[in-house]
Amino acid sequence: MKIKYIKLIALLFGLAFTTFITSCKPEDNQPDISLFLPANFPQPVYNTDTNPITPEGFALGKKLFFDPILSRDSSVSCGFCHIPTAAFSNAAHPVSHGIEDKLGIRNAPAVMNMVWHTTFFWDGGVHNLDFTGLNAIQNPVEMDEQLPNLMVKLKRQQTYRKMFTDAFGSDEINTQTLTKALSQFMAMLVSANSRYDKYVRNEAGGNLTPDELEGLQLFKEKKCNTCHATDLFSDFSFRNNGIKDSFDDDKGRFLVTLNPNDTGKFKVPSLRNLQYTYPYMHNGSIGTLEAVLQHYAGGVLPSQTLDSLLIQPDGTPGIPMTELEQTKIIAFLKTLTDPQFIKDPRFAE
Amino acid sequence: MKKILSFVFALTTLFAMFGITSCDKDDEVTPGPLTLHFENRAGNSKLNFGQAYTNAAGESVTFSTFNYYVSNLKLKKADGTTYEVPNSYFLVKGDTPASQEITLQNVPGGDYVGVEFLLGVDSLKSASDISQRTGALDPAGDAQGMYWMWNSGYIFVKVEGTSPASTEAGNLFFYHIGGFGGYSSPTINNIKNISVASSMNEKASVSKDSHPEVHIYADVLEVFKTPNVLSVAEHSNVMFAPFSTSIANNYADMFSLDHIHND
Repeated sequence: MKIKYIKLIALLFGLAFTTFITSCKPEDNQPDISLFLPANFPQPVYNTDTNPITPEGFALGKKLFFDPILSRDSSVSCGFCHIPTAAFSNAAHPVSHGIEDKLGIRNAPAVMNMVWHTTFFWDGGVHNLDFTGLNAIQNPVEMDEQLPNLMVKLKRQQTYRKMFTDAFGSDEINTQTLTKALSQFMAMLVSANSRYDKYVRNEAGGNLTPDELEGLQLFKEKKCNTCHATDLFSDFSFRNNGIKDSFDDDKGRFLVTLNPNDTGKFKVPSLRNLQYTYPYMHNGSIGTLEAVLQHYAGGVLPSQTLDSLLIQPDGTPGIPMTELEQTKIIAFLKTLTDPQFIKDPRFAE
Repeated sequence: MKKILSFVFALTTLFAMFGITSCDKDDEVTPGPLTLHFENRAGNSKLNFGQAYTNAAGESVTFSTFNYYVSNLKLKKADGTTYEVPNSYFLVKGDTPASQEITLQNVPGGDYVGVEFLLGVDSLKSASDISQRTGALDPAGDAQGMYWMWNSGYIFVKVEGTSPASTEAGNLFFYHIGGFGGYSSPTINNIKNISVASSMNEKASVSKDSHPEVHIYADVLEVFKTPNVLSVAEHSNVMFAPFSTSIANNYADMFSLDHIHND
């Protein structure tokens, strides 16, 4: 009797344990969709409470991101210019390529760490992650599709009707569900596992060489970190960094604010994954990191709105740096490369 | 004594109740519908797309688009109080007659003498999250063509057409006027407060039995005059630009209340 009792208890425990294990085990081919909030990053800006990330929403967002159906002639997708292996930028292309080989006027920026951004695009014309996709979809030199037509095309596909139902409980495909799905995918694109990150978080693999450490020190001494601030390496402000001295072809932030003081200003980009995101600057006019440092050391063009940080006390534009200093800063910048991010199978096309 | 007191109390209560009831006429407590009919005009005649008119600069202009946002509607009573229509955002489109009739349901009964609204979309809504962009505000729906994707914000007034005076290809002219004041940096604000009332002191009497219709004229030629004469030859294409404020100052007075039906 006593033994039977114990057996029964053991059986019950066993059963409970098995159930517990099963329920906790993620289903096969369902990726981890918990949002990575690195300890060395500030608080995110995007509120995921309004758009909770779910496996289904993430999967739908990913499918949409890589689907050329978003363009008028089904030729280009978001991922066409925001390539995972280029940290979701368009490596080797100075300016973005749209449908019918149309060229934009600016470099396709890296889609990463989006939930920390306060504004989007080089001129900050969009101020909510949910609205970013709409801009690229309707831009005549990018995907050039009309949103109502895109809705019709998506509704025609059984796959999408099912995926929208799985993600949002209804096969009604509308602006809210389309943008929220895209945001769920983009929100997940967090890059914070570079050697530098591991160094500041005291994690394994976080070893920097003496040159890299000197580069980091110089990065601060030369006040690079005023604009490329925090571990996001941008303060997300708009500045004129002296790439050009006339802005008739692209007035930058002025187009959004109509404030003459904003002429020629562009959003400060992050410096993460620079090895993947060449060419550099808002117009993709500089091809190498060496040339970028040379620009800041001696190539800054003066104009009315040039950032004051790029003007020396005697009025000379630029940041004085020796060649050796530049080399060390570059060595440091390369520690911001995050191979884990670009190889993450969850984000691959 | 106690009995008398309670009798007086009962009487007072009865009087008070009667008083309250008699002060409120039945039709004033009963809500009803009210329709705002926006009739697009070109000077003294109805606006017909494809027909040539002469603007204040003496140029021939032919229209193909005349759309505008009407939001934050308020109905004004004779005593100066107002009824704010909750969550009111409407897009009136020149080529869509149904959009020109805005029927408001459950308007509190009473006599209304004027209509106030914003021409445009208020800054709070303009900066709101995607979940609030439904109906007339849906960039992928009704607001298609009335929303700047690259510079998040609505086009409040859109006037397009052709004119021999235009310097644009195909003699086209475009006026896409918006700007809600900016999100993180201040910029132009082309939202206009509109207030119209009957010059004949007509009233719109709302009750459960009466469905008044308020006819509001929107004169497209006013976009071209007072206080600034807009010449197509000089400005064939105005979108998000400092000059747009001149056009906004013109359209601020394009509305008038023509007449009211009470049936």
